[in-house]
Amino acid sequence: MKVEIKNGRVIDPASGLDRAGSVFVDGATIVGVGGTAPGGFEAEGTIDATGCIVCPGLIDLSARLREPGFEYKATLESEMAAAAAGGVTRLVCPPDTDPPLDEPGLVQMLKYRARHPGFAHVHPLGALTLGLAGQRLTEMAELAEAGCIAFGQANVSVVDTQVLMRAMQYAATFGFSVWLQAQDAHLGKGGVAHDGAVSARLGLAGIPVVAETVALATLLQLARETGVRLHIRRLSSAAGLEMIRAARATGLAVTCDITINHLHLCDQDIGFFNAHARLDPPLRSFADRDALAAGLADGSIDVLCSDHTPVDDDAKQMPFAEAEVGATGLELLLPLTLAWAKAAGLPLGRALARITSDPARILGLDCGCIAVGATADICVFDPEARFTVSRERLKSQGKNTLFLGRELAGEVRYTLIDGHLAYSADRLL
Amino acid sequence: MNLANPQFNTHGELIHLLSIEDLSRDILHAILDRAEPFTAVAEREVKKVPLLRGKSVFNLFFENSTRTRTTFEIAAKRLSADVINLNINTSSAAKGESLLDTVDNLAAMQADMFVVRHASSGAPYLIAQHLAGIGSNHIHVVNAGDGRHSHPTQGLLDMYTIRHYKRDFTQLTVAVVGDVLHSRVARSQLHALVTLGVPEIRLVGPKTLLPTYAAQMIENAPLRICHDIGEGLRGADVVMTLRLQNERMNGALLPSTQEYFKSYGLTPEKLALAKPDAIVMHPGPMNRGVEIDSSVADGSQAVILPQVTFGIAVRMAVMSMLAGGSQ
Repeated sequence: MKVEIKNGRVIDPASGLDRAGSVFVDGATIVGVGGTAPGGFEAEGTIDATGCIVCPGLIDLSARLREPGFEYKATLESEMAAAAAGGVTRLVCPPDTDPPLDEPGLVQMLKYRARHPGFAHVHPLGALTLGLAGQRLTEMAELAEAGCIAFGQANVSVVDTQVLMRAMQYAATFGFSVWLQAQDAHLGKGGVAHDGAVSARLGLAGIPVVAETVALATLLQLARETGVRLHIRRLSSAAGLEMIRAARATGLAVTCDITINHLHLCDQDIGFFNAHARLDPPLRSFADRDALAAGLADGSIDVLCSDHTPVDDDAKQMPFAEAEVGATGLELLLPLTLAWAKAAGLPLGRALARITSDPARILGLDCGCIAVGATADICVFDPEARFTVSRERLKSQGKNTLFLGRELAGEVRYTLIDGHLAYSADRLL
Repeated sequence: MNLANPQFNTHGELIHLLSIEDLSRDILHAILDRAEPFTAVAEREVKKVPLLRGKSVFNLFFENSTRTRTTFEIAAKRLSADVINLNINTSSAAKGESLLDTVDNLAAMQADMFVVRHASSGAPYLIAQHLAGIGSNHIHVVNAGDGRHSHPTQGLLDMYTIRHYKRDFTQLTVAVVGDVLHSRVARSQLHALVTLGVPEIRLVGPKTLLPTYAAQMIENAPLRICHDIGEGLRGADVVMTLRLQNERMNGALLPSTQEYFKSYGLTPEKLALAKPDAIVMHPGPMNRGVEIDSSVADGSQAVILPQVTFGIAVRMAVMSMLAGGSQ
C-alpha cells in the first residue's frame, strides 16, 4: 500500500533534516521525503500530520516484554500495544526472563512470537553467562545467529572478574557487543535506595554511588584490555558519568544509556515510601539527576531508554524494600524526552536523536532514520497535545510508574512499523 | 503522585502515628502533656480509665517483640479497650497471605486501631494508605516500629523522660551513642530532639554504624558526628545509648563485642566526661557489657526503668488522642 504522510514537520535526526513536507511510503519502505511525490507515486491512503512532527519510530534499548516466564505481569500482546502507542518501533529486551535468554531456542521462540504485523522489531539481548549465573559462557555465536543483538547480564553482576574478562574476550572474538550495568554485587548488597540523606532519614538500606563507580572502573579497564565493544546500561550517577567521559577522552569507544526515570526523578521522589520509586539502579540525588540530564544533552550519554518493566499491582503493593523493582515506560519515553528537551532548551532534532539515530548507532543497524530506502518505521506525534498519565490510559499491563497523575506534553498520533499502521490515536485497530 | 503525609487527614489533624517526622513542636508537647495525668492511673487501685471503652485495638506484630507489644497491651487495657494480639509471622504470613490481605480481613472485623510492628521500613505507611484507599480511615494506625525507620512511641517516651528530668529542651546537649545506622529508635529520637529545639545533638559511633550521610539526614538540624566517644560525651546532659543487635556484633561492621565495649561501651569513666547530672537512657533490652556497663545501667544517673513506666503513659496518650475523641 502506498501512503502519504502529509502536512507534517519532518524531522530526521540522522541527517539533520527538519522541514515541512510529506513522507511517502510504499509497502514497508520510505520512497520519498519532501514536497513532491516520487515519480509514479499515487497515494492509496493519506495520513494528515497537520500540527504534528513526523520522525523515525523510537528505538528503546531496554524494554521488558516479560516473556517467557512472567506472563502474569505482561504479555507480548499487551506490551507491543504499549510500544506502538508510545511510538516505539524497535526495542531491545534484556535477558531477565524466566528462563533467561541463554539458549538459542528461547531466542528463536521470542523472535517468532514477536514477528507479527504491527509489532515492534524485537532484538533480544542474549545472556552473557548461562542462567545469568556469572560462571559459564553462553553459546554467543549460536545466540547471535538466533537473533541476539548483543550480550548482557540484565541486572545481575558477574562477580567473578575472571569470568567477566573471558566473556568479554570471547564476545570480542566474534565482534559482539557487551551491554552491562555497572553495579558491584557486594557494595549494594541488601540495598533498596540511593545511599544518601533520604535513605538515611527513611531507614532504607543504601546502595552507594561507589557500587556503580567501583564496578564501572572494572568494566572500563576490562573493555580496554579485551577490546570488546562495551555499552553501559542504566548509568545512575554523576561520578559514573565523569568516568565515562574520562575513558572516552583517552579513546575508549564506550557508550552508555540512562533511563527516563533517572533523567527526571531523584531519591526525594520516594516520598512516603512510594514503591513506584523502587528502581534498579536506585534513583539518586538531585545533583546526580541534573548531571545526567546535562550529560544526555552534551552527548556524553548516548541514549535515553524507557527501561520498561511492567510489574503487577500485587508485587508493588508491598513495603518499599519488598516491592518488585521497575517501572512501566514504553508510553512515556517520547513525552519525557520532550520534557527534558524543553527544560534543557535543546532543538527537537537533537533531543530526538537520543531515542532514534543514537540507539540505531549503538545497535549497529541501518535504522532509526527517515530517508529514501529506509524501513518505514515512523512516529507521528503532536508535540503540544497534553495528557495526564493514568492507569486507564496506559496500554501496558504494568501501571507502575511515578509519573501517574503527571501531565505531559507529546501525544503519539500514528505509529507505522514496516509501513503497517500499528497505532492510530483516532481509532481502535 | 501521593505527596500527602498519610498520618494527617485533609484538615491537618493527626489520624495515625507513623513517624515523629513532620509532627510540630506543639503536637509533641500536647502528647507529652496528655501523658502526664496517665502516669497517675497506675497508682490507682483500679488502673483504668474509660477513654477507649468498646474500642478494639489489634496488635499486629509482623516481627517478634514481647516488651513493646506488652506495653501497648497494658496501655490499651488501661484505657479500657479490647486488645487482640496477633503474631503474624507465626500465622497468616507463614501461610502466604499478603500484608494488605491481612489488613483487609482485620478491617472487616471492625477494628478501631492497628498497632503495627514490621521488619520493613515504611510498612505502616502502606497500611495507612491502603486504609484510606478502601475508605477505612476511621481505623487508626500506630507504628510500633518499622524496620530501621521509626519507632515513634519510643521516641516520645524518651522525650517525656528528658522533659521530666531536664524540663527545658532548648539548653541541652544530647549524645546518641551506638548503632544509629540500623536504629529506628535513633531516627525517632533525632526528629523529636530537633523539633523540640535541642541545640546540640551528637551522633556517636564508628563509621560502620552511622549512616554515610548521617549529618544531612535532617535538614538544618544541629547534628554533630563524633567517632570519639570522649568528644561525644563531654559536657552532655543526656546520654542515649542504643542497643547493639546480636547479628551486628561479629562481622564486617564490628570485629567483636569486646572491642566495641572498649571503644563505645558506656562505662563510669566515660560517663564522668558528661555533666555530673547527666541522665543515661536506653530503649531496652540492654546488652550489659556490650553497649553499657552494669554499674552505669544500675547507677544513680540511669533512668532506664522510669522510661518503661513513662512508656505506658505515653502510649495511652497517643492511643486516646487518636481514637478517644476529645478529652
